[in-house]
Amino acid sequence: MSSHSPSLPLIHARGLTKRFGTFTAVDAIDFDVAPGEAFGFLGPNGAGKTSTMRMVGCTSPATAGTLRILGMDPATQGPEIRGRLGVVPQADTLDEELTVRENLLIYGRYFGLSRAECGRRADELLDFAQLTERRNSRVEPLSGGMKRRLTIARSLINEPDVLLLDEPTTGLDPQARHLLWDRLYRLKQRGVTLVLTTHYMDEAEQLCDRLVVMDKAKIAAEGSPRSLIEQYSTREVAELRFPVGVQETLGDQLDGLADRVEHLPDRLLLYAEDGEAVAVAAHDRGLRPETVLVRRSTLEDVFLRLTGRSLVD
Amino acid sequence: MSADLAEPPPPNAGPGAGPSVGPSAGPGAGPGGGLPGADLAEPPPPNAGPGAGPGGGLPGPAAAHAGAVRPGVPSGLASAARVFEHRAYQYRRAFRGSLFGSFVNPALFLMAMGLGLGGIVNARSPGAFSGVTYLQFLAPGLLAGSAMQQAIFESTFPVMYGLVWRRIFHAMYATPIGPQAIAVGTLAWIAFRLALVAAVFTIVAALFGALKSPLALLGIPAAVITGLAFAGGMGAFMATQRTPDKFSAIFRWVITPLFLFSGTFFPISSLPAALQPIAWLSPLWHGVELTRGATLGTLLDDPILTLIHVAVLIGLAVGGGALFVRNVRRKLAA
Repeated sequence: MSSHSPSLPLIHARGLTKRFGTFTAVDAIDFDVAPGEAFGFLGPNGAGKTSTMRMVGCTSPATAGTLRILGMDPATQGPEIRGRLGVVPQADTLDEELTVRENLLIYGRYFGLSRAECGRRADELLDFAQLTERRNSRVEPLSGGMKRRLTIARSLINEPDVLLLDEPTTGLDPQARHLLWDRLYRLKQRGVTLVLTTHYMDEAEQLCDRLVVMDKAKIAAEGSPRSLIEQYSTREVAELRFPVGVQETLGDQLDGLADRVEHLPDRLLLYAEDGEAVAVAAHDRGLRPETVLVRRSTLEDVFLRLTGRSLVD
Repeated sequence: MSADLAEPPPPNAGPGAGPSVGPSAGPGAGPGGGLPGADLAEPPPPNAGPGAGPGGGLPGPAAAHAGAVRPGVPSGLASAARVFEHRAYQYRRAFRGSLFGSFVNPALFLMAMGLGLGGIVNARSPGAFSGVTYLQFLAPGLLAGSAMQQAIFESTFPVMYGLVWRRIFHAMYATPIGPQAIAVGTLAWIAFRLALVAAVFTIVAALFGALKSPLALLGIPAAVITGLAFAGGMGAFMATQRTPDKFSAIFRWVITPLFLFSGTFFPISSLPAALQPIAWLSPLWHGVELTRGATLGTLLDDPILTLIHVAVLIGLAVGGGALFVRNVRRKLAA
């Protein structure tokens, strides 16, 4: 370990900025990630999440601002920092010329590990990633979920202090996602610091102790999933779906019905402490939606409130 | 060598698969000519290591704090060696076919052109090649020319594979390995492959009686630097590309003419006088002359000229290599 004190944040960013020519991908954001924390960047595509992750991963130099990772400066100590990070990129970068196990072996070699140590860790990680039976299979025929688990196993070969995951479950089917969440949750329990980006609110709620909502290169809000919901939304939401053409004619019939009303193209969202009561009140006013759904607020509602747009179109 | 017939490999061809130029490819340019990288790199067998039992723990921070081996940051040279080792892993599977090809292709070409065509040439124009047979004239030309082709393939598709198709260079860069080590390790692997192919070629040529001098062993390093004179520049160019679309055009309009008109098959003195100075601009001509000087034992007849050939080839190799490093860095560290 370096002289980095455990009480300091593992990742410390102030005014962190990334520009590509005249385009600003990340605009002076501030955040800290504490040891053992699961920290998320939630936002739509193009919000600047991946650019932020690449700066933290020391593969993309910051244009401006301060960034310290494990107390070190990426500008001068990139290789040292990368030696202690695990990275799961958005698109798989596995070597399809090699077998499952060889992908782990050669990756360990990049961290300066001996072949014997690489072999020992590879076998442990294959077990963890539930890929032991496929250890000698080529990578190409593996399913998307298996490839992602192999990528995560690969990212752990150097026993990283921080694991960076960029959209870890995008493109996976629900079953594969849940399996992956389980593996990530186990890592978190072992004290591995997780930093992840996602545009899935359920993923953020499942995995993150704390997160920032990013939109248009800036941080729009920060907090735990629960505190963000409490701060920016109500406890419950009543979703009212009307026959085609009716929603536009409602006018002021909704006034005072709920704390806040969002008009989505296909439905109305009525935010209130008691969603059931709102649904009843709407019925009493003579509104006749085709369907009514009362649910708890989610991060999706937080995002809608903060940006006026849905997270996933 | 029929380089003109060589079709570019399909875009999904991986580096370990070797350049798939089909049966028309020349010596060494066939599906990965050479010996297994395993000889040098000794990757452990796939089944090495203890089986993962049900109790197999996960390496994590706890283990790290308990004093387990912590990864370090390999030095620059060690980093490049890791990249080389990676290529050796990839190559292990292609090894058999590639070894076979690198013996068979030179044998076929030396037989057909050196003996077959050479028989006619020698009978019609005795003395046309300054006292050596056509076979002896041709062999070093083929050796240098196939080294160039091999280097072009090896610096095209593996670079696309690393930067665009499978992005394994990006995966390497997520570790302590930097762009310079990636580029240098890639070039080192190309040099190794060229050396293997040239060694095999030299053995076959010796069996045909195509070598005149013990200096012929120097034809191996001569072929290696001939290939490297092209590898860096080609790699640097491919590092700027999103697709290999321009490869066919480069092969057709640059590599094939160089291959045919650089003194490979006939002396450039047979070219029209106006074209002869142009041959001097061909890096391959310098490579062919150097290699031929080795196999015919005439290297020291004109040491200044030999030094010029070496200087041109090494200058191109170093310059191209520097460009390759720069372009890989630009691509990875944006």
